[in-house]
Amino acid sequence: MEHSKEVLLEIYRTMTRIRAFEEKGAELARTGKMHGTLHLYSGEEAIAAGVCSCLRETDRITSTHRGHGHCIAKGADVKRMMAEIFGKSTGYSKGKGGSMHIADISKGIIGANGIVGAGMPIAVGVAFAQKYQNEDNVTVAFFGDGATNRGTFHESVNLAAILNLPVVFVCENNHYGMSTAFAYHSKNKTVSQRAQAYDIPGVRVDGNDPVAVREAASEAIIRARAGEGPTLVECVTWRHHGHFLGDAGLYKSPEDEKYWRGHDPIPVFEKKLLEEGIAGQAEIEAVQAETNAEITEAVRFAEESSYPESSVIFEDLYEEIPADFFMR
Amino acid sequence: MAVMNLRQAIQNAMDIEMGRDPRVFIIGEDVGRNGCSFGQYNGLPDKYGDRRVVNAPISESVITGMGVGAAAAGLRPVVHHDFIDFLGCCFDEILNQAAKLRWMLGGQMLMPLTIDVFAGGGSASASQHSQSLEALFTHIPGIKVVTTSSPADAKGLLASAIRDDDPVMIIHNKGLLGMTGEVPEGEYLIPIGKANVVREGSDVTLVSYSRMVHECLGAADDLAKEGVSAEVIDLRSLVPLDKEAIFASLEKTGRLVIVHEAVGKSGFGAEVAAVVAEEALDLLDAPIRRVTALFSPVPYSAALESAYFPDKSKVISAVKSLGLVKQ
Ligand SMILES: Cc1ncc(C[n+]2csc(CCOP(=O)(O)OP(=O)(O)O)c2C)c(N)n1
Ligand SMILES: [Mg+2]
Repeated sequence: MEHSKEVLLEIYRTMTRIRAFEEKGAELARTGKMHGTLHLYSGEEAIAAGVCSCLRETDRITSTHRGHGHCIAKGADVKRMMAEIFGKSTGYSKGKGGSMHIADISKGIIGANGIVGAGMPIAVGVAFAQKYQNEDNVTVAFFGDGATNRGTFHESVNLAAILNLPVVFVCENNHYGMSTAFAYHSKNKTVSQRAQAYDIPGVRVDGNDPVAVREAASEAIIRARAGEGPTLVECVTWRHHGHFLGDAGLYKSPEDEKYWRGHDPIPVFEKKLLEEGIAGQAEIEAVQAETNAEITEAVRFAEESSYPESSVIFEDLYEEIPADFFMR
Repeated sequence: MAVMNLRQAIQNAMDIEMGRDPRVFIIGEDVGRNGCSFGQYNGLPDKYGDRRVVNAPISESVITGMGVGAAAAGLRPVVHHDFIDFLGCCFDEILNQAAKLRWMLGGQMLMPLTIDVFAGGGSASASQHSQSLEALFTHIPGIKVVTTSSPADAKGLLASAIRDDDPVMIIHNKGLLGMTGEVPEGEYLIPIGKANVVREGSDVTLVSYSRMVHECLGAADDLAKEGVSAEVIDLRSLVPLDKEAIFASLEKTGRLVIVHEAVGKSGFGAEVAAVVAEEALDLLDAPIRRVTALFSPVPYSAALESAYFPDKSKVISAVKSLGLVKQ
């Protein structure tokens, strides 16, 4: 598979944008400038960036509690994302959703989700609607290794398989669900082998290599678009932070941590771009400076935005506020 | 007495109950050696081993359903879920299995299952991690539902739940995780089905439970300065409900304000109000008031949480609306 310079640089830009967003979030939350529970995506950027590099704007994704990276890679506006996490009225959900509920329907982002494993059935439904309406769009469901033990994973893969739906199941195997290791919570050595149980293709790739991710995702997406049904793509990776900001991650072994920090997807990809002559040092630095500036601007936007009026509480609940909401 | 926080009190109860009854075990996500979310079961895996402290995959259905099976087969399971919001993922196991199995099978076995969960908001955790869903479960015949408002209550009610032969859901509140208090040492049981009069008063009865008990106590302090004497009742147990405690208080006060963190519509306050209206209307000198969350999902922004949740000042306004204080 050929990858143009533009595509590779765009993937790199997405990865640095995600990293800058996450690390700025960590800094703001640590210093108390931002509230809420943050599940950071740092270390896993190659997956969202690689997969979404194969998607059209009209394709859809569902995401997880660790969803900032997916949203950014699928084209969400970092200003509105940051404002949402700040709880401001200019956020994607008017400040009602926060970090775990970011979505941009216009960009095909059906939403992050606070319930582990909840995105997969929704993705199946979105893919069903795409097929039903004769679109040639596909849906990607992102989820973690821990989520593969929910019934929703098994039910979703099976239904998508029997109905031949245009879904790609992308598992981000970062070795842990909270503090519980994959090696403990799964008897299977890999997630991808679970595909066999449902007679669909399953592949396993280095989730810290955006090109490997892109190649696997591209094949799965082409299959899905051609009406050949779902694929399970397992991307093996590592989260740099704890489960959420504030979890020190003491359960991770120092050797693993050291190994994976040495395979940080961003510097590794940078090196590849330089060594293969795809980009020069100046280009790399320019991208970094630009994405950092975008995030600085996003924070400024969020800080300057106003908090929502309490009237938004009753907005979006029903088409019309029912009469019985008001006391006599 | 010892001073403990909520986590320590829960751990203390589990430790004592596991120590005295080998049939007691706990299963839940992340209750293993690496430490669980709120830290309340840390240390137990080392003491009791993986056989009795079972770390589970993210599989709410089987965690709860296996508790039903293990209870049917003679054990006394404690099924732990970090957030009551996640019970949506195992509603069948609660609704159709735990609650009904014994009855449907003509009482051929007991169902001594404890479901231990945390509810509550106020920590910017948004709609799927902040709910107070107790009323969903009080609507299901066959399950007892208790709530905790202090470390001592958490200890005494958890121990009673474990020793109870019926399914008991025990609901703690995340907003009280930082609370410390005096806790009796050694075996300590609080009877399920009995309310706790936490403050005596003669002008108005504030009926509450869980975190809102503290907002009621704060309101009672402030009201006292304005010459209003509020009695505060912590129901502790919703099913069964200590109706007599409410009636006895209304005999003195004649006024009822019900306060809970959950939304009002079809909330547990509606049940309390209906019971009083049906059985003790003659005791009332004023309309019943409810102080509850607004009828919407829990919003994320701190700016919205304060408008959304009931608090001390909303309790005071409700009491004043009964004409007790010149406004
Ligand atoms: C149904 C449900 N159960 C439990 C949780 C609590 N929880 C939040 S994230 C998480 C771990 C998820 O692990 P994984 O799927 O591997 O995703 P990762 O956090 O590693 O990205 C858990 C248990 C939840 N949000 N929803
Ligand atoms: Mg994981």
